[in-house]
Amino acid sequence: MGMSVIGISFFVAIVGLTLFVTYLASKQTNSASEFYTAGGGLTGWQNGIAIAGDYLSAASFLGIAGAIALFGFDGFFYSIGYLVAYLVVLYIVAEPLRNLGRYTLADMITARFDQKKVRGTAAVSTIVIVLFYMIAQLVGAGGLIQLLLGIDYWVAVLLVGVMMTIYVLWGGMAATSWVQIIKAVLLMIGTVIISVMVLWKFNFNVLEMFNTMKTATPHGEGYLVAGAKYTNGVDTMSMMIALVLGTAGLPHILMRFFTVKDAKTARSSVVYATWIVGIFYILTIFLGFGAAAFVGSEKIIGANAAGNMAAPLLAQALGGDMLMSFICAVAFATILAVVAGLVLSGASAFAHDIYGQIIKKGKVTEKEQMKAARLASIGVSVFSIILALGAQTMNVAFLVSLAFCIAASANLPVIIYTIYYKKFNTTGAMAAMITGLVTALVLVVLSPNLWNPEGTAIFTGTALFPLTNPAIISVPAGFLAGWIGSLVGAKSDARKYAEVTVKANTGIK
Amino acid sequence: MDQKLESVLQGVKNSDSSEKTSKKRDKEITADAYVAIAESQDFKKLVKKKNSFIVPVSIFFILFYFTLPVLTSFTTVLNVKVIGDITMVWIFAFAQFIMTWILCMTYVSKANKFDKEAESIIEKVKDGEY
Repeated sequence: MGMSVIGISFFVAIVGLTLFVTYLASKQTNSASEFYTAGGGLTGWQNGIAIAGDYLSAASFLGIAGAIALFGFDGFFYSIGYLVAYLVVLYIVAEPLRNLGRYTLADMITARFDQKKVRGTAAVSTIVIVLFYMIAQLVGAGGLIQLLLGIDYWVAVLLVGVMMTIYVLWGGMAATSWVQIIKAVLLMIGTVIISVMVLWKFNFNVLEMFNTMKTATPHGEGYLVAGAKYTNGVDTMSMMIALVLGTAGLPHILMRFFTVKDAKTARSSVVYATWIVGIFYILTIFLGFGAAAFVGSEKIIGANAAGNMAAPLLAQALGGDMLMSFICAVAFATILAVVAGLVLSGASAFAHDIYGQIIKKGKVTEKEQMKAARLASIGVSVFSIILALGAQTMNVAFLVSLAFCIAASANLPVIIYTIYYKKFNTTGAMAAMITGLVTALVLVVLSPNLWNPEGTAIFTGTALFPLTNPAIISVPAGFLAGWIGSLVGAKSDARKYAEVTVKANTGIK
Repeated sequence: MDQKLESVLQGVKNSDSSEKTSKKRDKEITADAYVAIAESQDFKKLVKKKNSFIVPVSIFFILFYFTLPVLTSFTTVLNVKVIGDITMVWIFAFAQFIMTWILCMTYVSKANKFDKEAESIIEKVKDGEY
C-alpha cells in the first residue's frame, strides 16, 4: 500500500503537533515531580482522557477490530474484559494508590514495608511488564507502519522508538499526557466516523446489521454467538481473569493516578476514562462487523493473518484513500502515545526506585534525579528497540495478554493486601510478587504459545501446560503466596498498618 | 507567619488550590496520632461504611462479569435469539457495559459522601484532637 500526499501530510501533522506539545512541556519539566507526574497538576478530565489514550493501544484499536471481524462475538470478549476492568481500578485501587504513592507502584507498597527488597522486587515486576508490553507495541507498530508506508520493519521500529524517546526525554509526563490526550481525541473521531458510515450502510438499523452478518462470514450464524474462536472453556475463563484483573496492576496505567492532586480528582479521572473507553469498545462492534461485511475475511487475512489491518481496510472501503490515510495516522498516534507512557513508567522504576531509593537511599539532589530519569528513559527506549528488532515474528496479542497476566498475578495481590490486609507483612509481600511473576512466566514458557507439535511455534513438541493464558493458575497463586507468606513471616507492624489505612482512607498527609 | 507564607507559595507552585493543602498543619502527624485516628470511632465508622459498600458491590460485579464466560464456555443458553438476529449473548455483553457505567456513577456519588466524613476527621486532626 503506497502513501499519497494526503497520507503523508496526516503523518507529518501528527508528528509536528506532538513535537510542538513536547516543546511547550519541556519548559515546565525541571524537577523529578514534573518529569514523572507533570507536577500532579492535571485536572480530572485531562487525566481521564489521557488514561483512555494510554489504555487504548494498537491492540485495542487494530487488534479487537480484527478479532471481531474474523471471529464475531469471540473478538468482543476483549472489549468487555478491558472495560469491566475499570470497576476494579475505581472501586479497589485508584484512591488508596493516589493517597499512598508518589511516583511509582513501589512507592505505594513501601508506604507499608519500607524495605529495599520489597521496593526492588516491585520495580523488577514493573520493568518486566513494561518490557513485554513495549515489545508488543513496537513489534505491532513496526509491522503496521511497514504495511502502511511501505518502509522496512527496522526503519519503522526506529521511527517510533525515536519519537517516544523525544517525548519522554524533553517533555516528561506533561508531554506524554498531552500526546495521549491528542491521540484519544483523534482515535474517538476516527472510530465515530467509521461507525456512523457503517451504520449508514445498514440504514441506521442495528437489526438489519445483525441480519446481514448472519450470512456475511464463513462462520454463518456461529458468528453471532460465542465459540468461533475460543473452544476451550477453561482457557477462556483464564483469559477473562487476566483481562479484568490485569488493568489494575499495569504500571503505566497506575502511574497516571499520580498526575492529579488528590484522590477525588483520581476518582473523577477514572469516570471520564470509563465513559470514553466504554463508548470506544461499543464502537468496536461496528468496526469489526463493518470490516467483515464490506472488506471480507479473505482480504483481511490476506493483509495480516491476525486481522490487524481490518480497521484501515474498512476505512478504505468506506471513505477511500483519504479516510484510510487518516485512520492509519490515528493508529500511528495511538502507538506513539502508549509507548511514551510505557517508557516513562519503566524509567521511573529504574531511576526513582532502583537508583534513587535503593542505591542512593533517597539521598539524591533534584538535579541527580532528573539526570537519572533521563538516562533511564534512554536506556529503556534503546533496550526495548533492540528487543523489538529481534522479535519481529513474535505474536503481538500473546505478548500483551502476557503483560496483563503478570500484572494481575504479581502486582494486584500485593496492591490489595497492602491496603486491606492487616496481617500482611514483608514475607507476604515478597512471596506474592515473586510467586505471581515466576508462576506466570514459567507457565507461559511451558504453554502452547511456545510449543507446538507441528512446529508452528518457537519449539516443536507438546506443551507441558495446556492453557495459552496462565492467569487462572498464576493469579490465585499470587494471592495464596501472599497469604501464606503473611502467616509464616514475622508479625506485621500494626502501627504502620494504622498509618497506611488512615492515609489510604482519608488522604491525610 | 513565615511558615504560612511558605505553605501558600508551595500551594501556588503545585498549582494546587485545594483548601486541604494550603492550610497545611504545622507539624507532621506522629505514629501515635495515626494509631489514635485509626482507633477513633469516627474513622472506624467511615471504614465500615466504605467497606459495606465496596465489598458487596465488588463481589457483585466480579460474579456478574464471570457469569458471561461461564455461560458461553459451558452452556449454550446465550445462543437464543432475542430481538431479530441479536442473540442473548450480545444483550448480556451490553448489560456488562451498562453495569459498568451505572456502578461507576454510583461509586462517585457514594464516595463524595465519604469525602465529607473523611474531611471532618482531617479537621479534627488539624485541631489537634489526636
